[in-house]
Amino acid sequence: MHDRPVSRTATLLKQFLHSAIIPVGLLVLWEALCRYQVFSPQALPAPSQVFVKLIAYARPQDPFDAAKSNYISWLFSGELPNDLLATFLRVLVGFLIGAGLALPLGLFMGRFERVYQLFNPIIQVLRPIPPIAYVPLSILWFGLGNPPAYFLISLGAFFPVLMNTISGVRNVDAIYIRAALNLGASRTTMFRRVIVPSAMPHILTGLRVGIGVAFICVIVAEMIAVNNGLGYRILEAREYFWTDKIIAGMITIGLLGLAIDTVMSKINNYLLRWHRGIEIG
Amino acid sequence: MDMQSATNRANAGTPIVRIEHVGKIFRADEREIVALKDITLDIYQGEFICILGPSGCGKSTLLNAIAGFALPSFGRMIANNREVSSPGPDRAMVFQEYALFPWMTVAENVAFGLVIKRITKDAIRSKVDSLLEKLQLADFRDRFPKELSGGMRQRVAIARALALDSPMLLMDEPFGALDALTRNSLQDEVLRIWMEFKKTIIFVTHSIQESIYLANRVVVMTYRPGMVKKIVEVNIPHPRDISSPWFISLQQELTQMVMEEQMRSQKAETIKALA
Repeated sequence: MHDRPVSRTATLLKQFLHSAIIPVGLLVLWEALCRYQVFSPQALPAPSQVFVKLIAYARPQDPFDAAKSNYISWLFSGELPNDLLATFLRVLVGFLIGAGLALPLGLFMGRFERVYQLFNPIIQVLRPIPPIAYVPLSILWFGLGNPPAYFLISLGAFFPVLMNTISGVRNVDAIYIRAALNLGASRTTMFRRVIVPSAMPHILTGLRVGIGVAFICVIVAEMIAVNNGLGYRILEAREYFWTDKIIAGMITIGLLGLAIDTVMSKINNYLLRWHRGIEIG
Repeated sequence: MDMQSATNRANAGTPIVRIEHVGKIFRADEREIVALKDITLDIYQGEFICILGPSGCGKSTLLNAIAGFALPSFGRMIANNREVSSPGPDRAMVFQEYALFPWMTVAENVAFGLVIKRITKDAIRSKVDSLLEKLQLADFRDRFPKELSGGMRQRVAIARALALDSPMLLMDEPFGALDALTRNSLQDEVLRIWMEFKKTIIFVTHSIQESIYLANRVVVMTYRPGMVKKIVEVNIPHPRDISSPWFISLQQELTQMVMEEQMRSQKAETIKALA
């Protein structure tokens, strides 16, 4: 039984190597094709070049000066950290506005048939319009800068959260309602302690989809309305034919998206630790 | 253990549940189903009543009517001296599907009915702890229902119902989904609770043996329309020996009655399938 942990490590290593074959192979192929100049560096720079550019993009531009700033703020004074933060804050604010409006409306619409009937027609008409189609209106209404960006992002988050919340509340298993009534639950208790938790898996799905759409919208919004953020940066790089910077920016966008989704998934698993589907520990 | 005093209590005073000429009609795609017809039954404080019948005989419908989930179409239903008009904690119910709130821990489930009552946190805690102790759930107080076996879930559901301090316990085929061994141990548990807490228990089942093992009166129901076919008194003290002659002969008698209804239900199903 001594060799058990060792063999476990070996298995993990094997799994890791197995899953690395395709990505590493593609990178090597890409690098080789660029070295032999199959693609022009203008169209597709080599991964090594993209990596160099990514470092340059992330690095502080000025040398460290203790008199002007502390070390930490200097370390993050590069262009990429600022863009990353700008994009993140934008998506966060937009998402909070969109989800913050959709959640209470969804809870009311799901709970009260009359509220549902009141709002449902207009929602059915507006819902199929992709948020991107609001770009011209958003600029006409809000000009340039953060307001139109917040508008587009919150719009992107709004409908997924709304629709999922409604269906979560409407699909509460009748057996929970009956049990709660039998135990003497008032209307408020029923809503707060039975309906909302029971709808939570749907609501969290809505929030996760919502932040995904919000993330698409933030990139679009940054391309048209503001002059910082990752979306702005890759469009700016195109004007100078900095293909390496475009790809470096895209990679950063991908990583930020992955990070947001991972955090959402962790929150999801924690809040739904009671749920049948998820096994813990 | 003392059946005699239960019977004495039963004979004294007004019934805790009065079912007077109760009927219930369901409408399903233009067809009317008479689920219950002219049921009259008085249930007294401290009784253990089993309602027995094949599936579709309306026994759960009758229990749901007492619980206030589906009010009768005809007749009157009085429980705890009040006409039943809605569900309420004076008629605590244990469901076949447990109906535990999966997002709450065992302790939170048991406390649910108490939190609503607005008593102090300490009082809730001590009450919950003592119930968990009594039902051998103390080690599981912070677990979620999904981590428990079916038998343990049903114990939690029983504890949650007991927390309400309701004079009666309505049980809708509570052990129907459990394996035989778990079922037997929970039957003994329910008998213990019945004696210790002096509850009136109305217990729906399709198991003949279960009804004889538990009840002081077995109400046998007919298949559509659901009526009272016969009420059988079981004046034998607990614990009852399922291999004793009286048990076996009563079991045969009840099996005969239930089989008749089962045959009628099969006939009806066949006619419906051919139609």
